[in-house]
Amino acid sequence: MRKKREKKEAALALSRRDFLKGAGVTVSGGLLVGSSAAAAEAAVSENVVGPGPVPITLRINGENHRLSLEPRITLLDALRDHLNITGSKKVCDRATCGACTMLMDKKPVYACTVLAIEAEGHDITTIEGLAKDGQLSPVMEAFWKNDAQQCGFCTPGFVMACTAFLMKNSDPTLEEIEKGLGGNLCRCGTYAGIRRAALEAAKAMKGAQIHG
Amino acid sequence: MASCKYDWPPAGQLGLIGKKTDRIDGPAKVSGRAKYSYDINRPGMLFGKMLTCPHAHAKVKSIDVSPALRHPGVKAALVIQDVGSEIQWAGDEVAAVAAVDFATAEDAVRLIKVEYDVLPHLVREENLSKDGDRAKSAGEQKVGDPDKAFADPEAVVSEGFYGAPVITHCCLETHGNVVEWGGPDSVLTYSSTQNVSGIPSQLGAALRAKKINVQDGNIETICQYIGGGFGSKFSIDRWGVVAAELSKQAGGKPVKLMLDRGEDLEVAGARPSYFGHVKASAAKDGSITAWHSETWGTGGPGPSGVPPVPYVLTGIPNIYKKHTSVSTNIGPARAWRAPNHPQACLMTLAALDDLAAKLNMDSMEFFKKNILLAPTYLVKTYQEEFDKAAELSEWSNRWHPRGDKTPGHLKRGLGVSFHTWGGRGHAGSCNVIVRPDGSVTVQSGTQDLGTGTRTVIAVVAAETFGLPVEAIQVEIGDSRYPFDGASGGSTTVGAASAWTRRGSVDALNQLFAAVAPSLGVQPNQLEARDGKVQVQGDSSKSLSWKDACAKLGAKTIHTMGKNPGPCELDSVGVGGVQVADVTVDTETGLVKINRLVAVQDCGLVIDKLTAESQVYGGLIMGVCYALFEEKIMDQTIGRMLNANMEFYKLAGIGDIGGELIVHMMTGPGYDNRGVIGLGEPPVISPGAAISNAVANAIGVRVSQLPLTPARVLAALAKGAVA
Ligand code: FES
Ligand code: FES
Repeated sequence: MRKKREKKEAALALSRRDFLKGAGVTVSGGLLVGSSAAAAEAAVSENVVGPGPVPITLRINGENHRLSLEPRITLLDALRDHLNITGSKKVCDRATCGACTMLMDKKPVYACTVLAIEAEGHDITTIEGLAKDGQLSPVMEAFWKNDAQQCGFCTPGFVMACTAFLMKNSDPTLEEIEKGLGGNLCRCGTYAGIRRAALEAAKAMKGAQIHG
Repeated sequence: MASCKYDWPPAGQLGLIGKKTDRIDGPAKVSGRAKYSYDINRPGMLFGKMLTCPHAHAKVKSIDVSPALRHPGVKAALVIQDVGSEIQWAGDEVAAVAAVDFATAEDAVRLIKVEYDVLPHLVREENLSKDGDRAKSAGEQKVGDPDKAFADPEAVVSEGFYGAPVITHCCLETHGNVVEWGGPDSVLTYSSTQNVSGIPSQLGAALRAKKINVQDGNIETICQYIGGGFGSKFSIDRWGVVAAELSKQAGGKPVKLMLDRGEDLEVAGARPSYFGHVKASAAKDGSITAWHSETWGTGGPGPSGVPPVPYVLTGIPNIYKKHTSVSTNIGPARAWRAPNHPQACLMTLAALDDLAAKLNMDSMEFFKKNILLAPTYLVKTYQEEFDKAAELSEWSNRWHPRGDKTPGHLKRGLGVSFHTWGGRGHAGSCNVIVRPDGSVTVQSGTQDLGTGTRTVIAVVAAETFGLPVEAIQVEIGDSRYPFDGASGGSTTVGAASAWTRRGSVDALNQLFAAVAPSLGVQPNQLEARDGKVQVQGDSSKSLSWKDACAKLGAKTIHTMGKNPGPCELDSVGVGGVQVADVTVDTETGLVKINRLVAVQDCGLVIDKLTAESQVYGGLIMGVCYALFEEKIMDQTIGRMLNANMEFYKLAGIGDIGGELIVHMMTGPGYDNRGVIGLGEPPVISPGAAISNAVANAIGVRVSQLPLTPARVLAALAKGAVA
């Protein structure tokens, strides 16, 4: 759905702001997937916020952060630009590469394509939240030991995606890993290491509780 | 005993060098703690955004940034290309703003008013006959008598058309900087760069040209981590200078100006295309007798570069070659990992593989037979590598003459390729510091692109001091440290290992001088190993490293290691052989990789783990350009159609195939050559190897990369055996 909305936006050659300006944004679930800005405008009533800054509380890695943000600001930009939480990377900014992967209520999301206001009331976990007190998580450890990184820019996204994947499937085959991590891209070519890391992390995590 | 005081220890005495050492910056990267330039947030930081030209070729008729400047939240705005400037590619920058946040900057930039006079453009070059006066000769060359060789009635002649389009760098961290003024005459940049030590003088010169007076010595550049470069990040670039100007206008406040993905793909790096007709001939026994190529390519408005064909087999007795450079209105070319080599490799080894098929020869046998045409210093390496690659790919079991004859729509095939690269260490330097408390630091203004520079420095210092890797603190990525060259052309590992070794040996000798009296021997009778300084051959007379350093009293040892310098620590000229094993679905045109084998030499390996990762990375990047990557330009609108990562395709983890096998050539004959760079070589061959494997599978040549389903099906339909 999100992806569809993005495509729609691109087709209309509107910025996120133009779109939201025209449409208003409902704060209560079911964000805009309407067929046009006008239809969306007709569909909303009193629950309209923006386009100016609105108060938002984000729960990130177990801590509440109060912010004042325009509704068009993505979860990724809110963390990177407003909270200086920069482990998640901005690479494609269009739900293609997975570098911005975070967990929202333990499910992986592309934070570049989630609005910060959509994330309100949800538990957000970032890469920073997986390394408690500087201790590497089992997935991180496996990525390090298998050299599943070169420049490392895709790595936090892969670690998050891999963590979420292994929470769902603790005993994966190689094919399942390739499907499960197929939403992330690496330019340096570290996939061979990532395959080894994911298999090893699965072993290490068996029965162990994943924090975050 | 080493014959020259800095020499690498003999093979039997190496403790760390050549073994697998985990990346020392690995924990910072896997945990998200590593700060890339894109991650830098500074107090009061503004966000920059540029306005780019939508036309491929145009002149600026009028430009007005004042509406942007009046927009609330905007702190600076400037014209980059004023009235009369000629724009040569879509996406070129014409104006910029800095505002309190990124969204405001995006809003403001859209308020800038520009009018253009649109001029005619050319953005597609693969049909040379349509390129008109944009096509300029880049030279021709003749060796021997090719006409006579081709006319020989005994000669077997093969002809074909081959090509590879323009591709981009697509670094996951886009280009850009955070720039701030610390006062009227001092600038700090956080740059995503492969050239930490080189950026200050570039920026200084650019600013002085704009009458902004700042001395190079007052410019500091920091880059602790970089999210990919691949040859596209040597320069401060226009956007870096613009960030400095915006910052100045805003009273020195930090300005973050990173390209967005679309901008990055459109303007920040292209590998030149390479197309051509090749004719090659051999005697009946398979000895290559002649080469004739007429090639062309584009590198944007500037020259295209001239790929060195015939590649590696430079000793072919009769050669004619001619290259044409086509000037186009696409973004400018930048060095792309192993500049010119992947293109030359494809052109040569695809054409010669077709010649082998025409001769009904096993292509591995054919190349082995002709390898004497390669430069002499590489011949033995290639011979050994062909054998290793054949073994690892099960060549003799799996190879078949061209065209898999097994029934059904899945056709399997094998292809081989080989490559070479220089890779000598660049000029550079470091500080080595040994303190009375026993701590050791190596500092250099070098950078780690993900190749493992930090780890290499730590391994070499640790080996020299007889300490564990963790005992070495490595500080790089800041232009205030001693100068090091840019990381390009596989020159960093040779340099960093050599300057670390020289600086460390000098520091150790100073330590020996301080320690010798207390052990009652001469300094030259001491050695450092296993965390101790001891008398050679008598480990009972020793001091722990810490106690030894305590003998320094109040004195800290500072040495400077340099490259080049005394003793042969690095070298040049590597060879590599790769084999691709693919299955092609002749109904869908999909190419699936079953196995890739890379056999690679790089002299003395410092860290086997990161060295192998380089080779894996090269193979996978090779799969990307062999199967997926293409900068698709539209001649009507003059723009790149796929300036995003949905349609500028990279391989995903499921696209790299079943098995990647990397074999490093080490041991006698390799290790004793010294250290040679490895970044470029492994990315050169995959295009040719995979193309040859596809031809072997389906019986026809798919003439152009990437080998997309559409191209595979078209080649099958045409059925043209090249
Ligand atoms: S940056 Fe979010 S998916 Fe690429
Ligand atoms: S390690 Fe560089 S992009 Fe994956």
